[in-house]
Amino acid sequence: MKMIKVETEEKSKAWSVAWYLRDHWEAIANNKPILSMLLVVGFALSFAIPQFNLVNTYIQIIIMYIGINIILATSLNIVNGYMGEFSVGHAGFMAVGAYVSSLLTLHVFPSSLGFLFFPLAVIAGGVVAALVSLIVAIPSFKTRGDYLALITLAFTFIVKSLIENIEAIGGPRGIVGIDKLTTMPWVFFWTVLSLWVIRNFIYSNYGRGVLSLREDEIASRLMSVNTRQTKFLAFALSSFFAGVAGALFAHLLQYISPRVFDTVKSCDILVMVYLGGIGSIAGSILGATIYTVLLEILRPLGMFRMVLMPLLLVFLMIFRPRGIMGLRELRWFVPIQELNVVKRWRRRKKVTDANSAS
Amino acid sequence: MYAVQQFINILQLGSIYGLIALGYTMVYGIIRLINFAHGDLFMVAAFISYILAVYLKLPFIPTLLISVVFVAMLGMSIERLAYKPLRQAPRVSVVITALGVGLFLENFVLLFYPYPQVVPTLLPTINWNLGGVTVSFLHVLIVGLALLLMLILDLIVNRTMVGMAMRAISWNKTIVPLMGVSVDKIISITFILGTGLAAIAGVMYSQAFSTIDPYMGILIGWQAFICAVIGGIGNIRGAILGAFILAAVQILVVTFLPSTYRDFITFTLLLVFLAFRPYGILGKPPIEKV
Repeated sequence: MKMIKVETEEKSKAWSVAWYLRDHWEAIANNKPILSMLLVVGFALSFAIPQFNLVNTYIQIIIMYIGINIILATSLNIVNGYMGEFSVGHAGFMAVGAYVSSLLTLHVFPSSLGFLFFPLAVIAGGVVAALVSLIVAIPSFKTRGDYLALITLAFTFIVKSLIENIEAIGGPRGIVGIDKLTTMPWVFFWTVLSLWVIRNFIYSNYGRGVLSLREDEIASRLMSVNTRQTKFLAFALSSFFAGVAGALFAHLLQYISPRVFDTVKSCDILVMVYLGGIGSIAGSILGATIYTVLLEILRPLGMFRMVLMPLLLVFLMIFRPRGIMGLRELRWFVPIQELNVVKRWRRRKKVTDANSAS
Repeated sequence: MYAVQQFINILQLGSIYGLIALGYTMVYGIIRLINFAHGDLFMVAAFISYILAVYLKLPFIPTLLISVVFVAMLGMSIERLAYKPLRQAPRVSVVITALGVGLFLENFVLLFYPYPQVVPTLLPTINWNLGGVTVSFLHVLIVGLALLLMLILDLIVNRTMVGMAMRAISWNKTIVPLMGVSVDKIISITFILGTGLAAIAGVMYSQAFSTIDPYMGILIGWQAFICAVIGGIGNIRGAILGAFILAAVQILVVTFLPSTYRDFITFTLLLVFLAFRPYGILGKPPIEKV
């Protein structure tokens, strides 16, 4: 080990930096002040970028889309990654959030004070989406796997069809002229909030329940996990943030119609989750960022892009079905107690392995 | 008389749904995979018949045969290239792959035909007027062909060695190879049969409704899938029963309510069935082993 290190250090400076990082990674990765500093810098940047036009408007909008997609991917990851179910109905929850919040800002709240009521509208969108998730959560008590996937898909179609049939909310034409209330600080705030809440949920008692459902539902019921409550919570949390993302999305695009939230949108979110890695918050962030940027880079290809995207999904499933991070987590998102437990467990395992070998 | 006319429409729609639903139910029965690409293969068949009819000016029977052979081969190659490497993978990966393949087919056709196309009528338009009820040659052909194919399929599955192997694989996939049955070959045959039936449905649909577009496979595929679920997925007779039930419900909805409610009612029906009787009318509840 020592030998290799010396050789590479002589090779180039870049390698020596890499080796330094490798050797001190534990110290850096567990350094919480860096994380909080990053948050402060990011929040300051999210104010500074639109204020001083540090990058052009196009890139600003892409950055906001990345934020929204991170919320979507992380929230879908609760159900698809941590709980091990297969939901294809995320666009439906997004549509609920988008419609509820836009109707609120358009018709209920005074438009001159829209920016003050905007957080309220976003929360309302999320809450209604969470309530609607009962439609999916209740059948999930009895069915799982393929049938649950079907229920979520049927849910997307039902939402789309309902919206198309209600003339009062625009019917198939959708809603136009929504105020542009989504700003970069708001996107940053909601992204960080969703990551924080979801991370804390996963490492909470309920989160353990969600993980145990992925491994074996009957066994986890035997271990006195309240499976119904757990499923209900997971779906509600997942759809709450989908609704939030939908609300942000509607106030960024300023136009929504039932066609925006079809199965293609659901598939986009699925690709982000499975590209980044299931059961990993860092993976969702990575997947959402890579996918959004990739789609923008490939924009000159036009329609051809839509052919490449599904192919990417198929190849991903064949060659790396768990995605980039696949059930692994960046240390920043793991609570320090958890890390210590894992470390202790590894050490004990090493001792017992050595004992059993001798 | 109006009721009889609607009944004929139900028979026609139910036959088309039934042909597609059979493919879903066979594939699900044998490898427990919801083949999301199935509806899109139906769409590809419609487009191939369009290409053959418009550019090569072929008559009906060659068009039908070439479309069916091509799409059956396409279905088999999709199975070989995309699903076979994932035989041992978690089920979710295969379902996602199927979704990806479906999207790929849609968008690939969309590259060439971004707008809905009108298929020329290849069959003689003969209408019989039976006391106020109009029955066309196409109605008779679609219903007759569908019933004949369903009968043949039922015979294949229940009376031949291949059918026996299919049922055996559906029963237990690990023991069957030990009995000298080539599982891969049987799965390929299942895909050929299933997608071939969907292709016939595609050509018939394009003749009956004349407008085709790249995204039509999604909705019709889903409706056919709902038929399979209603009847009890994995059960061939159930799929046919479900197809006629769903067709009846849809035609009745369109008769009594605005037509925009059709999808809403259809998918609510699916949700109700999944919540209360997920194994369908003729299916048996699965026994979960711990």
